[in-house]
This record gives sequence, C-alpha cells and structure tokens, in this order.
Amino acid sequence: MMELSNRIVPATVAGALPIEPFLVLENIRKTYPGVVALDEFSMDVRPGEVIGLVGENGAGKSTLMKVLGGVIAPDSGAITVDGATHDRLTVATSMGAGIAFVHQELNLFDNLDVAANIFLGREPLRAGPLRLVDRAKLREQVAPLLKRVGANFSPDTPVSSLSLAQQQMVEIAKALSIDARLVILDEPTSSLPIAETEKLLAVISGLKAEGISVIFISHRLHEIERAADRVVVLRDGTLAGTLPKSDIDHEHMVKLMIGRALKARVNDSTREAGAAALSIDRLRTPAYPDRQVTLNLHHGEILGLAGLVGSGRTELARVLFGIDKHLGGTMHLEGRELVLGSASEAVGHGIFLVPEDRKLTGVLLDLPIAQNISLPDLRSHASRFLVSAASEAATAKTQKANLGIKAPSVKTRTGTLSGGNQQKVVLAKWLAMNPKVMILDEPTRGIDIGAKAEIYNLMRRLAEAGVAVLMISSDMEEVIGVSDRIAVMHEGSISGILEREKFSQENVLLLAVGKQPK
Amino acid sequence: MTKKDLGLLILILVVGAVVAAINPRFLLPINLANTSNLIGLFGILSIGQAFVIITGGIELSVGSLIALLGVLFVDFIATRGMNWAIALPLILILGGLIGLAHGWLIARLNLQPFVVTLCGLLIYRGVARFYTADGTAGFAFGQNFPVLEFLTAGRFYGVPNSFIALIVIAIITWVLLHRSVFGRYLYAIGKNEEAAKYSGIRTQRMVMAAYVICGVLTAISAIYFAMYTRSISPASHGNFYELYAIAAAVLGGFSLRGGEGSIVGVILGTVLLQELQNLVNLLGIPSSLNFAVMGGVILIGVLVDQQWDVFRARRGMVAAARQGKAAAG
Repeated sequence: MMELSNRIVPATVAGALPIEPFLVLENIRKTYPGVVALDEFSMDVRPGEVIGLVGENGAGKSTLMKVLGGVIAPDSGAITVDGATHDRLTVATSMGAGIAFVHQELNLFDNLDVAANIFLGREPLRAGPLRLVDRAKLREQVAPLLKRVGANFSPDTPVSSLSLAQQQMVEIAKALSIDARLVILDEPTSSLPIAETEKLLAVISGLKAEGISVIFISHRLHEIERAADRVVVLRDGTLAGTLPKSDIDHEHMVKLMIGRALKARVNDSTREAGAAALSIDRLRTPAYPDRQVTLNLHHGEILGLAGLVGSGRTELARVLFGIDKHLGGTMHLEGRELVLGSASEAVGHGIFLVPEDRKLTGVLLDLPIAQNISLPDLRSHASRFLVSAASEAATAKTQKANLGIKAPSVKTRTGTLSGGNQQKVVLAKWLAMNPKVMILDEPTRGIDIGAKAEIYNLMRRLAEAGVAVLMISSDMEEVIGVSDRIAVMHEGSISGILEREKFSQENVLLLAVGKQPK
Repeated sequence: MTKKDLGLLILILVVGAVVAAINPRFLLPINLANTSNLIGLFGILSIGQAFVIITGGIELSVGSLIALLGVLFVDFIATRGMNWAIALPLILILGGLIGLAHGWLIARLNLQPFVVTLCGLLIYRGVARFYTADGTAGFAFGQNFPVLEFLTAGRFYGVPNSFIALIVIAIITWVLLHRSVFGRYLYAIGKNEEAAKYSGIRTQRMVMAAYVICGVLTAISAIYFAMYTRSISPASHGNFYELYAIAAAVLGGFSLRGGEGSIVGVILGTVLLQELQNLVNLLGIPSSLNFAVMGGVILIGVLVDQQWDVFRARRGMVAAARQGKAAAG
C-alpha cells in the first residue's frame, strides 16, 4: 500500500481552507521576440483548493503552464514553493514540488495496459539480475490509485479500450502516484461528452477532499462555475482579476476576459454583400454528427467564423472542401446543389481552402515555390500532358510580385521561407486560379504583424472582386477587425450570427460559450 | 542529370576500368553484350519498381510475378498454341490488373504496401508452382517463334534488343515521370500526400496508376526473362528479383520514404549492380559471394550518400551562421 504523501501536509486537510499558500508566483514576466506572453503576473495556490483558470486563446495560459512545469524560465519574478524562493522552476524542482500535469492531448501509450502506463519507467522489479517486472506488486500499487480517482476498471485493462474520461483518470492516477499536491488539468473537458464530464468533475472534488489542489483550465465556463473555488482570469499575459467563489459567474468572467480597446480596423467599407455564394443547410459533419450547421455565405463579403478551439470550425471547412464527407444536410453553390466526393471536386467548383496546418497540408516544403503554386492547376500549365516550366514560372512570378512573396526566386525551396511567406504561397496557388469561395482557416497564425496586415488586405481585395470569403479565426481582434459579419460556432452548430452593429468581443465570447449576445 | 547521377556514372566507369585492367575479357563484345542484355531485363523491372517507390510504396511481389507471368506466357504459346501476338498483350493486361489490385488495396483500403505485396509474393509463387504442378515450363524441341525471339532475345547490330527495349521504355517513362503532369503529382504525393490532397490532387487514383505501371513493366520484363531462359522452373525463376529492383532504385538515389529519385538514377543503379555481378564472375571471386558483394556495395553507397548530405547540411548551416553574424555586425 502506498503512502498518500510523505511530505508535510497542512494539518487542516479536509476541514476549512488553510490560509497559507504552498505555491506563490510573484510578478512573473516572460517575453518572446515581439510578444509579452506574461506580464507581472502573480497568483498563489493553497492546499485543497480548485482554481479555475480562464482566458482567451493566446492570453498566456500555456506560457504560465510552462513556467509551472519548469519547461521555460521566466525573465523576471519569483516562485516560492513551501517557503523557498526560486528565480525559476526546473522540471525536476517542479516535479519535486508535487506539480503534475494532465494535458489536453493525453500522453498515454494505448498499446500498454493501465498499470504499465502509470508506472512507466518506475516499474517495481523482482529480485535478481534480469530486471523482471514484479507484476503482482505493480497491480497492488496501482489498484488503490485507481480507487482514489473513482475508476471502475482494473489495472490490466488496455488503455486502448478506455473512454477519454477514463484515460484522463489514468493520467490523474499517474499524477497521484508521484505524490502530486497540485494537479493541473489543461482543458480536460474540451473533447468529452457531457456524461463523461460529470465523472471528471467528480474526480476533481475527490482530489479536493484529499487536500490536493487543482488548477482547472477550461473554455467551458459553466464547468468552471461548478468546480472552482476561485477563478483567475488572464488577459494579454496579465492578471485581469481574481474572482472569489461568490462572484464566479459567466458575466464576471467574460467581462474580465475581454475589455481591451480594438487596435486595427481593416474593415471600413459598408458595402452591401452580393448574392448567396454558398448556402449550407442543416449540414452535419463527422466531428459533431448530432449537430447541424446552417449558414449563408455571400459573394463579396468576409464572413468571420469564430468559436472556441474544438467547436467544429475546422471540421466544417474540411467538409466544405470535400476532404470529409458530410453526414446529412445540403450545400448549394450559387443555387446549384453541391455534392463533393474529394478536394479535387471542390477545387473544380472554385472552392478553395487555405488550411490551418500550413506545414502539413498547406504547402509542400521540399518543392520550389513555382511548383507549389502550379500544383492545383497543373493541367493548365501543360500542353497535352507535358508541363511547361516556362508557363509555370511565369504564373509564379506574377503571383510572387502580386502578393509580395519575399524570396530570391520562384525556384527557392518553399521550406526555407518564413511562415508569412509560406502562407502567401498557399494563397498564391489559389489566387492563380479563379476562386468563387475562399475558406481560410486561421490564416495568420504564427505570422508576424506586417505579413498579417498584407493578408488582411488581400482578403479584402478578394471580397471586393466578388469572392465569398470565409475566415476561421480564434483571434478576436482579427475577427472583429476584418469581418463583415461574424458567425460563431458552439459545440458543432452556429450559435449566432452578428451583424456589424452588434460586433463586440463580449458578444462573440458569449455566443462562443453558448449564451445569447446582448 | 543530377550530381548524384554523375557520381554514380563515374563510379561505374572507375569500377569498369579496374575490372578491365585486371581481366581484359570484360571488354570483349560477347561479355558486353551479355551484360547489357541483363541490364535490359533488370532495368525494365527496376523502372517499374521506381514508380511505386516514388509514391512512398514498395512492390515485393515482382519476383514471383516474373515466374507466374513467365510460366503463363510460355504455356500459352508453347503448349496451348496461342498466337504470341495475342498472348503478349494478354500478359501485359494481366500484369496491369494485378498492379491495379495492389494499388486498390493500398490506396483505397489503406493497407500497407509492404504487407499487400508480401502476400502477393507468396501467392503468385504458389500459383505459378501449382499451375505447372511444380514442373518446368518450356518449349518443345524445334519450336520456333522467329519474330518474337528476335524482338526479345535477338540482337540488332550486336546490341541486344532487350537493351534497346530498355532505352525506349526509359525515354517514355522519363518523359512521363519528369515532364508530365502525372509525374509531378507522383512526386508531390511521395513528398507529402496530405498536402497533395489539399491541393486538389486525386491522390488515390495516382497511387493506383503507379502500381498499374509497375505491373505492366513487370509483365514486359517477365516475357523478356522467359524468352531469355526459355525454360522456367517456377520454384526458382525470378527469386529475389524484387530485391534487385529495389536495390537498383536505392543505389540510384531513390528514398524509400518517397518523392525522390529519377529514371536516370535507377538505370545507373541497375548498370552498377550488373557490373558487380560481372565483376564477381570475371575476377574469380567465388560466385557464392555474389549477394555479399552486392549487399556490401549498396551499404557503402547509401552510407556515403547519407554522410554527404549531412556534410552539405552542416556546411550550409555554417555559411548561414556566418552571414547572420556579418549582418548583425
């Protein structure tokens, strides 16, 4: 039987909250070139409390997690653990302090069983030189851990046969096995169905009852509302505020999460949008088979598609581009019914996608710029079936000049370009053809500010030329600054469409968490 | 011709010169003709393999196919009295259909190329042996097919027609792979199948087409091999030929991950392999060491090639760092 913990645990574990925090962050600052990720951020963690951590995408949550995990060193500030003050945590000191992480992407080996996963690399061994695993002892040690997280499966269940929530229980049991005092759950519920979420919330209150602290990061505010004793809100790398138990509600959290002035406003035109280009009616996608999407996209407009990560936006784009098949509902392109069997058919109809993952799906890094640009339209660069390198190069040069792709020549390998220029190559290959509908999935992610502005202008030019532009973006400023209308997705369906006069971060965020806008 | 191809050509010439210096018989017309005949036979086979390897796949069943298609061809024309002008296209179509089946299993059903073609290797060998009841398929005494024999095993001004066939096929496939839309698609798929799909390429069809081409070229070489040996014992005919083909491609600069390699490369690879075989014979090296010599040379070749890339990358980094410093300073 394992001891719960051999460290000093404050006397009042189950009763009233002890006042003394065991972990204190003071004035933590971390900058990356051009970005302040954390700015004079302070917080503390007391034993046995559940802290909800909320903030928009890019508010600095991941940086904070990395600081706590000892993966990165803050530029300045102090971290105090059990009275000892450090400039930074290392991975070792973080683990020694009993900080354990359960990441959104689980790190389990699904070819091994539960017990093997929990004690991977720390297996109890039999006596003798052969270093055989003592399976009996392993089971004996794992069983009580599983009991503590309320798991009803046995230690030798293969991980591959567990549900997502059960796999998270295994991760939490793993955290307990190293005597964790603070378990950090990074968006644990974002991919869980509702019934499974209940189980996880039960595990969290179980941890709390044992005196273990939990930092619970989630975009689902109602779960935070239910689970958290205290809410810490991050905004642009700073502490936007802390809410005590009594003040935790949607309104307060949303108010703290937003509330910065908008900087750039690319969109000043008040033109009327044209005729319907793409009409989506009760479309069901593989990601959310039980939800429906109804949406109209017009010629000459930029429709922003906002929503939280995992709300089904990318999956919708994949269906519109013919990569995935839709499960129900209809799509019409300029009034004619659209049935797509492949991306190649979508391209044939003039529906183009600039995908989210540039390096994996956007460009072929090993090919020269010219070959990337000509790839979707290679037949028109060929007389009979032979590719004309001259025609290819001419088109590429035109696009290079048109988009301002910074590269020595169109023969340059695309992989050597910066992110912004790679993205322009992706755009160039579609602009060289005649787009009717242009879908851009997070078009400016990981791109510097200058290139961002160029891409915004380009989208505007496309819209002015009559193209229907659908822009998926998690960047609030971008959505509000660039879009003519904003559609917001929540858990697989459109929760609302905002017209210009209703644009505000608050409204977008309210719709994104499934509430009504003001 | 790339630098790699040039390096390979120089290696071939140097090895040739050394062998010729030690044993002048290397340069006798009869030896050169024999060797170029074998280059023709294996070259056609290796080009087929190259199309599959470009897509990141592999085709292990070609050795067994050489046996099966060869047995069928000889049986059709020698035993069943079918006109060879009908039997020949029939065999090519059969080869294409088998390639299509492999491509379908791999591209549409997402099976691994290694597994699919390994099963093919076992199946076709078994079927070939069953078909002849493990006997030898061959021509009866005095049976002659003058035109067919001239086209396959004959010579034109002393040059084996199999070698000429290789040159013709090489030119056609060079255009197809290096100049056509289809060829460009294959390279794109080999480099990054997802990105190719997101560019609107019908990747599944292209991959299937590559296996079909491999099947047809294998069928052509099966007929050449059959007419060269004139008698086929299906238990041993074509054994390990898939490995000759893969080895030629690897020597010629193909990456088994896909997306890299050229027709010139795979032909030079074939030439080097056959030159090594010839070297073993001419230099009096025990022929049992044949495979060991081939394996050793391929290993050294790949090692040198890889180290060269590492060296170039490092040099590139140093140069970039220097430029960065200069810009900063």
